Amino acid sequence: MDLLNALVALTNFVVIPAAAYGAQLALGALGVTLIYGILRFSNFAHGDTMAFGTMATILTTWGLQAAGIGLGPLPTALLALPVGILATSALLLATDRMVYRFYRAQKAAPVILVIVSMGVMFVYNGLTRFFIGVDDRTFSDGERFIVSARDFRDWSGLDEALAIKTSQLITLVTAVVVVAALFWFLNRTRTGKSMRAFSDNEDLALLSGISPERVVTVTWLLVAALATVAGTLYGLDKSFKPFTYFQLLLPIFAAAIVGGLGSPLGAIVGGFIIAFSEVAVTYPLRKIIGYLVPESLEPGGLVQLLATEYKFAVSFVILIVVLIFRPTGLFRGKSV
Amino acid sequence: MSDAYSDRGNKDRSIANPDGQGSIIPEGGGTAKPSTDTAFLAGVDMTGGYGRGADILHDCTVSVDPGEIAVIVGPNGAGKSTAMKAIFGMLHLRKGHVSLDGQDITALSPQDRVQAGMGFVPQVKNIFTSMTVEENLEMGAFIRRDDIRGTMEQVYELFPILKDKRRQPAGELSGGQRQQVAVGRALMTKPKVLMLDEPTAGVSPIVMDELFDRIIEVSRTGIPILMVEQNARQALNIADKGYVLVQGRNAFTGTGKELLADPEVRKSFLGG
Repeated sequence: MDLLNALVALTNFVVIPAAAYGAQLALGALGVTLIYGILRFSNFAHGDTMAFGTMATILTTWGLQAAGIGLGPLPTALLALPVGILATSALLLATDRMVYRFYRAQKAAPVILVIVSMGVMFVYNGLTRFFIGVDDRTFSDGERFIVSARDFRDWSGLDEALAIKTSQLITLVTAVVVVAALFWFLNRTRTGKSMRAFSDNEDLALLSGISPERVVTVTWLLVAALATVAGTLYGLDKSFKPFTYFQLLLPIFAAAIVGGLGSPLGAIVGGFIIAFSEVAVTYPLRKIIGYLVPESLEPGGLVQLLATEYKFAVSFVILIVVLIFRPTGLFRGKSV
Repeated sequence: MSDAYSDRGNKDRSIANPDGQGSIIPEGGGTAKPSTDTAFLAGVDMTGGYGRGADILHDCTVSVDPGEIAVIVGPNGAGKSTAMKAIFGMLHLRKGHVSLDGQDITALSPQDRVQAGMGFVPQVKNIFTSMTVEENLEMGAFIRRDDIRGTMEQVYELFPILKDKRRQPAGELSGGQRQQVAVGRALMTKPKVLMLDEPTAGVSPIVMDELFDRIIEVSRTGIPILMVEQNARQALNIADKGYVLVQGRNAFTGTGKELLADPEVRKSFLGG
């Protein structure tokens, strides 16, 4: 029995990674939920939007690194982030003008827009691979750890070590800042309120003099920023591979639906629920249980509930359970 | 397509927003021209219907002047709401014209008509349910760039209950209170004319009387009010002008009292 060691191991292997992953999912789900609320469809191109934004950020990062510009202990990518956001905004606005606006003018049914977004997804998909290739890219630099395993062990004298990566802390701090800014924008500013009004009741918003095109443009800009930040943070924390970003679509949608599509708060909560379940279910708990139970009861196996290859099944199961028992999501989104 | 499966994708709420898009086409609209109509707000000889469908209105004429309450009544399917929508520019007129304050506004889109001074309260979905009462009023004043606090105070004076509930989401209010929010929202633009589409639909008789009292109060501030009503007798009681529509045509026109006294109107619409 060693409660402290168990706690440290749990924090190190489950809580911290899941918190960082949850923040990344939450930022992604916020983008999905905004588009669902305002443009009224589920945007399947979101994962690849994240990939494109991250790619733009990576290319800028490489440029900065070649020029010898950096942020010291912090990753250079943070400096390149605004450029990535600008590039993604340009891409999304161009797509809206060329593709989505046409269907909006036709008052196309939402499901048609969903299919359209799939087409856009394939185009983005190719675009990203065309520029940066399909390989795994690592672009984080600067200090790797804030608290390294050895330092922690020396300091605490425990068997178990706790390590906090710079990218994990940056993820959490950035997510808090971005989410606070987004909520401030939506709840306090005139433009933000007009977006909520538009999402709530499009006809009445129009009758109140709110310009739909302006609301849509601002939405795409916000989505570009959220997607690029989410993608870059994920890439810093793990690595960048276009296919992985495409796969992120599932946990992101699961997060948005679990929280309640159309509800920004729900997207955040959903992101953390999905992330914690995914990490907890796929992590071998043997070590942690080993600390908690007498030696005679120690489990023989790994006590890993699901192999990591199956981690997407976790999002799926949660998604199905929520859709069966609480289809509107935890925060009463728009889905029925 | 009319088979059972044609709309299936749109019913999957996890990918398609059930709210769908709005029904008002935001584009289009021409400019206003001077008009010769003498009434402050008038829809003259309006003929037209929805989209490419058959005509619903036939030479229908409705008008209202400042300080007046004009009420459109008639049996179900008479085109009452359609007449209101025609005046507001939500359907295409094949014939006739609409004028407001000496301007012919027939070519304007609904949004442009709001800018021109029309306040419209739709029958359903007339508030932002997820937003607070105060935010609803703020959104009502979206086209204004000046200080809106004065107007908001006036609305709160008119509807004191809204002041108490101003931080509450409008969707949590009772039916009568929601209608007050809806009317308050429309008043926030300081409209030249207020149009109400069945303001008392679905509220209890007591609340209905209270709403009518409030509408009279709004009218006393000098704003002309055009109203479509299902409760014909009560509405005609407060009306300076009444229009009875039957199958999209003007059947009877007169002051509220005249219509209430008219034996034919009584027999056919007011239940004797």
